[in-house]
Amino acid sequence: MSAPVAEAPAGGVALDPGVDPAAEPALELYHLRAGYGRVEVLHGVDLALPRGGVLALMGPNGAGKTTLLNVAAGFIRPTAGCVHMAGLHVNDVAPEVRAEAGVCSIPEGRGTFPNLTVNENLRVYTHAGNQPYRQVQERAFSRFPRLGERRNQLAGTLSGGERQMLAMCRGFATDPAILLLDEISMGLAPLIVRALYDVVAQLAEEGVSILVVEQFAATALAVADQAAVMRLGRIEAFGPPDEIAESLTQAYLGGQQ
Amino acid sequence: MLSYFVVGIIYGCLYALTASGLVVTYTTSGIFNFAHGAIGMFMAFTYWQLAVGWHVPWPIALALVLFVLAPLMGAAIERALIRQLYGAPLGVTLVVTLGLLLFLLYAADGIWKPTITRYLPDIFPGQFHIFGVVATWYELMVVIVSIGVAVGLRVFFKRTRAGITMRAVVDDRDLTARAGASPARTAQLSWILGASLAALAGILIAGGRLQQLDQFNLTLLVISGYAAAVVGRLKSLPLTVAGAMVLGMLVSYGVGYLPINLLSNLEPVIPMAMLFVALLVLPQGRLRTARFGTGKARRTVGLPQSLALGVLFVGGAWVVAELLSAGNLLTFGQGIVLGIVMLSLVLLTGYGGQVSLCQMTFAGLGAFCMGKILGSGSIVGLAAAFAIPAVVGAVLALVVLRLRDIYLALATLAFAYAMDNMFFNRELGFGGILHVGRVAAHSQRGFLIEVAALFAVAAVSVLALKRGQFGRRLAALNDSEVACVSIGMSTTTTKVIAFTLAAGIAGLGGALYGGWQGQVGPNDFQMLTSLILLLLIALGGLGTVAGAFAAALFYALQPVIQQHVHISNFTGLLVGLGAVSLGRNPGGVAGQLADLSERIRTGWAERRAKAVAPAGQGPSVAGVGGMPEAVGEEAELVRAGR
Repeated sequence: MSAPVAEAPAGGVALDPGVDPAAEPALELYHLRAGYGRVEVLHGVDLALPRGGVLALMGPNGAGKTTLLNVAAGFIRPTAGCVHMAGLHVNDVAPEVRAEAGVCSIPEGRGTFPNLTVNENLRVYTHAGNQPYRQVQERAFSRFPRLGERRNQLAGTLSGGERQMLAMCRGFATDPAILLLDEISMGLAPLIVRALYDVVAQLAEEGVSILVVEQFAATALAVADQAAVMRLGRIEAFGPPDEIAESLTQAYLGGQQ
Repeated sequence: MLSYFVVGIIYGCLYALTASGLVVTYTTSGIFNFAHGAIGMFMAFTYWQLAVGWHVPWPIALALVLFVLAPLMGAAIERALIRQLYGAPLGVTLVVTLGLLLFLLYAADGIWKPTITRYLPDIFPGQFHIFGVVATWYELMVVIVSIGVAVGLRVFFKRTRAGITMRAVVDDRDLTARAGASPARTAQLSWILGASLAALAGILIAGGRLQQLDQFNLTLLVISGYAAAVVGRLKSLPLTVAGAMVLGMLVSYGVGYLPINLLSNLEPVIPMAMLFVALLVLPQGRLRTARFGTGKARRTVGLPQSLALGVLFVGGAWVVAELLSAGNLLTFGQGIVLGIVMLSLVLLTGYGGQVSLCQMTFAGLGAFCMGKILGSGSIVGLAAAFAIPAVVGAVLALVVLRLRDIYLALATLAFAYAMDNMFFNRELGFGGILHVGRVAAHSQRGFLIEVAALFAVAAVSVLALKRGQFGRRLAALNDSEVACVSIGMSTTTTKVIAFTLAAGIAGLGGALYGGWQGQVGPNDFQMLTSLILLLLIALGGLGTVAGAFAAALFYALQPVIQQHVHISNFTGLLVGLGAVSLGRNPGGVAGQLADLSERIRTGWAERRAKAVAPAGQGPSVAGVGGMPEAVGEEAELVRAGR
C-alpha cells in the first residue's frame, strides 16, 4: 500500500546487489548489540519482522524492548550486528531519513507535541509520507471524531487517550511500510485500547508490517501473527502467539529454562 | 505630548524587532541567546563596512547583510556552538552564549577601532507632518518594517509547515525526527532567522538615531529588548510586541517628563527596570531542573588538606611577591582579589546553581563601603565591606526568590546594569574617583600577602561550607528545587543565605580590589566585568575553588600574554572563545585536570590489580571495573525473582 523501504536507499547500503527487496523481511535484526554508553542492553538479538506481518514483542521491564525499538527507529546506533530494512543495511541511516522512507515509530507515552494544537501536530506528521495535509486531517478526524472536536486545542491539554489517538494518527496518515509501536495501551481505559488496536488491525490488513511492544499480552497477541519474548537483552522465545502465550508466565516470573 | 507618543511608537517598534528575534531563537531552539544583541551589533558594523567603508550602494549592502551574511553567521554559530548544547545544562548554554557575546564585542572592537567615528548611511532622509507632529521618513519606514516582520513571523509560525515544525523541535526533538523532519536542520533554520532579525534590529537602531556607532552601546541597546521578550514570556510573539510598545512609551515619556537632574542616565535604565519588574510580576515559563555543574560528583578536599593548600598558597604568594616586577605584581594582585570575588560565584553558582551576573556590583558596593562610609582602611571598614553588600544581597535574594535559570540571570543582569548607571556612575557613588584605603599593610608586597591570606581564608571557608550541612543543601538546591521542597527543606532560607554570603564575599573582594588599586572609578564595576568574571570562573571550572584559582592566575597572566600577541583584546577574545568551548568541556580547566588525575589514578589502580591477580583471572578483574551497574542491578532483580 505504501512507499516501500527499498525505494529509498538514502544513505543505506545494500548488502548484496542480488537481493530482491520484495522477498526480504520488512525489518531484520542480525546479532544486534546496542546500549547506552558503556551499558550494553541488547546482547545479540536476532529477530525478523516478515513483510506484512504483525509481530508482538513481549517481556518484563528492563528486557530491552524499548531499546530495540529505538535501534530500529535509528536513535541508537548498534555497537555490533546489523539492522536491515527490506534487505538494506540501515545502521547509519538517521531517524528522520528512516521516517521519510516509511518507518513510523510511535514512542511510549509521548507521541504528540504538547505545545502544538491537534491540527499543528497533524501538519508536522505530513513530513513523512505523501499525503497532503487536508487528507491527513480528514482521515484522522473520521477515525477519531473526538480529535476533530478538539482540533484547535493544544495536544498537551488533551486526555491521555486522546493524545494516544493523535499519536496513532501518524500510523495511518503517513502510509508507513513499517510501524513500530511502544506500549500504546499504557495507562488507558480498555475502551480506548480497543479503539487503538482496531487501527492496528486495520493497518495490518492493509499490509503494513507492524512490530508491537506491549505489556498486556492478550491484547497484543490477539492482533499478532507471530510473537517473541525478550528477557535480559535476548530473544528467549519466538513462535505463533498461542504457543508464546503459554511460555510467557515463565518469562515474566523467572523459573527453570 | 503627542510627539512623545510618536517617539514611543518608534522605540516600541525597534524593541519589538529586537525582542522578536530573541523569542524566535528561544522558542525554536530552546536556547536563550545572550549574544543576540552582539550579533546585531556585529552585523550593523558589517553593514557600515560595506556601505560606507567599501562604498557598496546601500540597498545592495543591506540585502547582502540581511540575506547572506547574517544567515551565514547564524548557521555557522548553530553548527559550531549550539548543536552540541541541545540537552546541555542551562548554565552551560548561558556561559556559551555569554562567551559569544564577549567574543563578538571584542572582535568588533578590534576590527573597527574606535579611532574614527562611524555613521550608517542616511537612508530615507527628510521629514513629514502628521497630527501636527514632525516625523522622519526613516521612522515611518521603521514602523512599516516592524509591522511587516511581526505579521510575517506570525503567519510563518502559525500557518507554514516549516514554522510549525520549528516549534515542534522545541517540544520534542526526537519526535520531530520520528515524524520525518530533521531536527538539526530545523534548528539551524531558526538560528538563521534569528541572526537576520538581529541584524535588521541592529542596523535600524543604529541608523535611526544617526549617532556614532559604538560596539558596547549598540549591544546594550539590543539587550534592552530583552524586557519586551520577557513580557512575552520568551514565547508569545504578540505579547512580546505589546511589551515592546509599552517599553517604547515608558522610555519616551520617561525621558520627556522625569526631571533631568535627578535621573540623568535614565534612558538606558528604564528597559532594565521594566525587565526586572516584568520578571518579578509575570508568571514563569516551563520549569526545568537546571544543573550548572558538570554532573560529575567530585571529591571535596578535606579540612587539613585545604588548610595546607591555603598555607602553601600564601607562601607561594610571598615568594612571587619577592620575584615579580612592580607592574606584574599589580596584575598578580588584581588576579587574587578578583579571585575572591570569583569565590563568591563558586559558592552561589557553582554549588548552589544560582546564576548571578551582578557579583561585580556587590564588589563595587564593598569598595564603596570601605572608601566612603566607614573609616577607609580600618578593620571596621573591611567588616562593613562584607556586611553591607551581604544585606543588599539578602534583599536582592528575597526579591528574586522565585526566579531561576535564565530569568535569574536576566534579573541580576538588570540589577547590575541599573546599579552601574544609577549608583556607581553618579555623584552618589564614586563621583569619578574614590580613594580606598588598606588595612595594616602599607607596602605593595605586604598587602599582596595580606590579600593572598584573605583569599586562602575565603577559599578554606567556602570549602568548609561545602563539606557541611549547608553545602549539602546547596547541592540539593542545584539538583532539584522540587525535590528539596518535597522533603521539607526550605529553599528560601538556603537561597537567601547563599546570596548573602556570596554578596559578602564579593564585597570583601571589592574592598580589597579598591585597596589594591588605591582608587576605584565607576568603570571598575561595570556589568560587563561581572560577565567576564562569570566566564573566567566557568573557564577555570565552575563549582571548584581550584577553578577560581585557575581563573585568577589567568587574569594575572593576561598582560603577559597580551604582550606577546599583537591582536587587540586578545585575552578578551580568548576568554570568549574559551567560554564558547565549554559546550564540549563543561568542567573547565579544573574539571579537565581532575578528570586527568582520576584517569591516571584508576589506570594505576587497574594496573596494580592486574599485577596482583593471578593470570587466569586478569580479564575478570577488568570486567568488574567496566561492568555496567544497570546490568548488575537487573541480574540482581532476576535472581530475587527466582
